[in-house]
Amino acid sequence: MTGPLLQVEELHKSFGDLEVLKGVDMTLDRGHKTAIIGPSGCGKSTMLRCINYMERPTQGHIHLDGELFGETQSDGAYKPMNEKGLARQRAHVGMVFQGFYLWPHLCARDNIGIGPMKVRGISKAQANELADAMLEKVHMSHKANEFPERLSGGQQQRVAIARALAQQPKLMLFDEPTSALDPELIGEVLNVIQELAEEGRSMVLVTHEIRFAREVADHVIFLHDGVIVEEGPPKQVIDNPQHERLRAFLRQIVEH
Amino acid sequence: MIEDLKGFLSVYAENWHDWGPQIYEAIWVTIQLTIASFSLAVVLGLLLAVGKLSNIGLVRGFCTAYIEIARGVPALAVLFLLYFGLVPLGIVFDAFTAGAIGLGMSAAGYIAEVFRAGIQAIHKGQREAALAVGMTPMMTFRHIILPQAIRIILPPMLNMVILLLKDTSICSLISTDELMLRAKDLAMMSFLPMHLFLLAGAIYFCLSWPLSLITRKIENLMQRGRRQTFGG
Repeated sequence: MTGPLLQVEELHKSFGDLEVLKGVDMTLDRGHKTAIIGPSGCGKSTMLRCINYMERPTQGHIHLDGELFGETQSDGAYKPMNEKGLARQRAHVGMVFQGFYLWPHLCARDNIGIGPMKVRGISKAQANELADAMLEKVHMSHKANEFPERLSGGQQQRVAIARALAQQPKLMLFDEPTSALDPELIGEVLNVIQELAEEGRSMVLVTHEIRFAREVADHVIFLHDGVIVEEGPPKQVIDNPQHERLRAFLRQIVEH
Repeated sequence: MIEDLKGFLSVYAENWHDWGPQIYEAIWVTIQLTIASFSLAVVLGLLLAVGKLSNIGLVRGFCTAYIEIARGVPALAVLFLLYFGLVPLGIVFDAFTAGAIGLGMSAAGYIAEVFRAGIQAIHKGQREAALAVGMTPMMTFRHIILPQAIRIILPPMLNMVILLLKDTSICSLISTDELMLRAKDLAMMSFLPMHLFLLAGAIYFCLSWPLSLITRKIENLMQRGRRQTFGG
């Protein structure tokens, strides 16, 4: 398959009268990593959530691996895709949330295994094997049988990452994965994400960790008020910002 | 005083060979009526709750209307309607069936609200995480939402069983041959209303009290057992 992995075209999203995204474009090639940064309320999480249709865009289209996402097209008219089709497409996109959202009634292993079991129809034994392999990747093998309430925030987030990896996704989305963590737990989660990045996975990352974004991403988007104000390689965007708003934003972050 | 009490209790001993078998039989009918109406109410209530949370306007409207009406109309009116009111249309239920359906339909309104509250208490992130791994909304409900909601729902649900158990007594008014009707008949035949209605009350209490003990036990267990996880 040639062409970019992900294409976001003219993305608009409104909640009632409030227009959060005002026409955003992005392209992501296979194996590449884009970080989206910006002040809170700028629309960066919304943009990420539109990519896998967790939010339905008001306007604009998403293509994943050359395939129109969340919609069907016939005779030039776009129609929302049915739930089954949407679920099938979402299975190719792993998502990691700020609030982890592990399922409290399932142990770590089952949190990871239940998705592939129900979605792809693999057996319980296969699901357990897959889950154990994913737990190893996030260095959580020793907690396979623990329930989420017995895990620290950092551990929960690593299990949540393993859950997304078990989908064998073409694309990983990270929505502020460390924002809800105590400072001393951030490192372990960032390390795991970095390891995934080094494996050559394609990912889009919304984050407040500017230094981390600079290290991991090969492209940075600065979003402000629902539009992309500046973008480019991290060295250019973060070390040599052109736009006054971006400079103000970076100054604020550094001061913290 | 003690002599009076002895005299009062001896009446039970004297009549038990006559009352006993009839009372046992009636208790069994009351239990069956509770189980039947509760089963119907749970199935119907779950459908109504899901319908009320649906994003299809017509379904939501219908379910909301049903819940409001079921909660606003006395169960007895429903029972009379089912048992007497439908006869002109050629629809005839026996007293047990009419009782079970009527109580079930009526309780479904309350049980739907119990389900809805339980489902809505689950953080929306739980649902999103399930959708994100590629589950359909149906799978999400079945494997992620419902198992969590049931933990929340269980105590109020057991309360509903207790209420229904006691409410089966109104089926005596459509001549369902359950505990209350049998107690009333025996009271009239023996001219011992105080003995029989005290007995009936005591039996209802003995049936429902264990249920409320279990409910309390479960509530305590859940309070202790589960610290809320972040976003969970």
